[in-house]
Amino acid sequence: MTDERGLTDAERDEAEYFARRATDSGVARPASGVVEHHESPTLFDVQEMELNFGPQHPSTHGVLRLVLKVDGEKIIEAKPDVGYLHRGTEKLFETETYPMGIPHTDRMDYVAAATNNHAFCLTVEKLLGVEIPRRAQLVRVILDELQRLSSHLVWLGTSGIDLGAVTPFWYAFREREQILDFFEEYCGARLTLNCMRIGGLPFDLTPGWVERLAEFIDDLPARIDDYEQLLTDNRIWKKRTIGIGVISAEECVEWGLTGPVLRASGLEWDLRRAQPYECYDELDFAIPTRSNGDTYDRYIVRVQEMRQSVRIVKQCLARLEPGEIRGKVPRVIKPVAEETYASIESPKGELGFYCVSNGTNRPYRMHCRPPSFINLQALPRLARGHLISDLVALIGTIDIVLGEVDR
Amino acid sequence: MAEEKAPPSEGAPRSGEAKAKPRLEARDASSHPWVEAMRAALPDTVLAAKEFAGQVTVTVARDGIARVARHLKDSQDFRYCVDVTAVDWKDRQPRFDVVYHFYSFSKNARLRVKCGAADGEAVPSIATVFLAANWSERETWDMFGIPFAGHPDPRRILTWEGFHGHPLRKDFPVEGIDTGAAIYPEEWPEGGGPSPDDPNRKAVS
Repeated sequence: MTDERGLTDAERDEAEYFARRATDSGVARPASGVVEHHESPTLFDVQEMELNFGPQHPSTHGVLRLVLKVDGEKIIEAKPDVGYLHRGTEKLFETETYPMGIPHTDRMDYVAAATNNHAFCLTVEKLLGVEIPRRAQLVRVILDELQRLSSHLVWLGTSGIDLGAVTPFWYAFREREQILDFFEEYCGARLTLNCMRIGGLPFDLTPGWVERLAEFIDDLPARIDDYEQLLTDNRIWKKRTIGIGVISAEECVEWGLTGPVLRASGLEWDLRRAQPYECYDELDFAIPTRSNGDTYDRYIVRVQEMRQSVRIVKQCLARLEPGEIRGKVPRVIKPVAEETYASIESPKGELGFYCVSNGTNRPYRMHCRPPSFINLQALPRLARGHLISDLVALIGTIDIVLGEVDR
Repeated sequence: MAEEKAPPSEGAPRSGEAKAKPRLEARDASSHPWVEAMRAALPDTVLAAKEFAGQVTVTVARDGIARVARHLKDSQDFRYCVDVTAVDWKDRQPRFDVVYHFYSFSKNARLRVKCGAADGEAVPSIATVFLAANWSERETWDMFGIPFAGHPDPRRILTWEGFHGHPLRKDFPVEGIDTGAAIYPEEWPEGGGPSPDDPNRKAVS
């Protein structure tokens, strides 16, 4: 449906929205991608007020406290205060043997435990120089991508609820539950999976798992269409997300932002492609990018990523062959006294582990580079000049998990 | 486990086939082009360089780290500061290693830079060169007690202001210390709990 100017409904909405936003609040979508804030004439004196947002606010997705300096509804400054969930995970790694560290990683990004396990194992494997059997690689990629799907579904559901779209939540969590069922069948747990081991996998797949997963995955693109139908052209959704938290690719790099946030700003960078691990180099998938770098684009990128994950899982399922699931790993893991850093593309961005070994069976130092922690750092930059209600959209859009921020 | 008996012929290489063990010892990387460029631009700053598992580590002088960061960003296109952290070597001199990871999009490569720091010695902050290093440096200060000179916001981040001790130091007990802050606010009004020299502090070993 196009009007006399040849614009679709959606495009007209967008144009009108920016025209109105520019006059209303002094926020315009500039060509450069950086939001300018020009002073609008005020009737009253600017009265700065300090406001605590969280730590018990439902839209902070955990315990995040933001100290806001506001002028009316407008945010002048937002200062994140983190650490409420600090459990000393890195200290615990040092006190336990290498395999005993894996369950701790489950509790960092607790909606994407498989990717945490994976990054941890990769780091130790690099230190050991172990090769991973083909079947284990494929299953790891399947688990990773299922985890990415479930993590994005949680994100979709919860950030929709934050902005008043309650319906997508029920659809997104329906599929997420099914994915968790697959995890449960594989490793017995739904959230804290502990589903990888140094050198490979703990278990082989259960009989019938592959067939049921293939059926579910075939069905998934239609379900993703359902979510898109609810949100992508939804006028309210667009009004709440377009032009909110615009950040350019250069600034993303400067702030260390990775993952969907970086790709929504136009930089096609994904560790699965840039520095492939396991068997990602032989799989055919696209890296969705957008150019505006706003909340809406980050939504689009995540939804497109889900479709790509479906493609990846299908290819892996087609390549699965019987074989070993664990490489040749010594019974007691004592790497050489060296250091390595390995990272993967987690659903949130670059998740890396830096491990220093001193030749014993415990890591001398195991440090995690959590994407949520680094991405959250840019929130004050994104929030400046927006309204408090937009802040809710922004916390949702950078997709943080506080367990990973605070570790 | 009948599946394990499948013939190991077709498909990608399996673990058994690759007999050549990957190199598991570090080797000198002073002749690496990045290291040479760094040495040419900043003489006397580069102290050592090694390569392990394809990862280059350069050890630099502590007071030159901000210049190294600037050089890597501007001249060598390492525009993304991945991470800043530290390692406590307890009995070694200097006690700490501050470890930086950089990534270059054009080279698609990572570089690790390290500098030593004695207990209490300040390390020049790179948070003004890379905005991304801001919170990582705060975390390093919080966890190890390494001060960063010139940091725009040198507060603790994961623990609270006034907390005594730095949890990731090797001499900090895993069980934690009893800060007493929540229970006895009148005794320790700063919110931090007893200092290590306080005779009232509960001994935790």
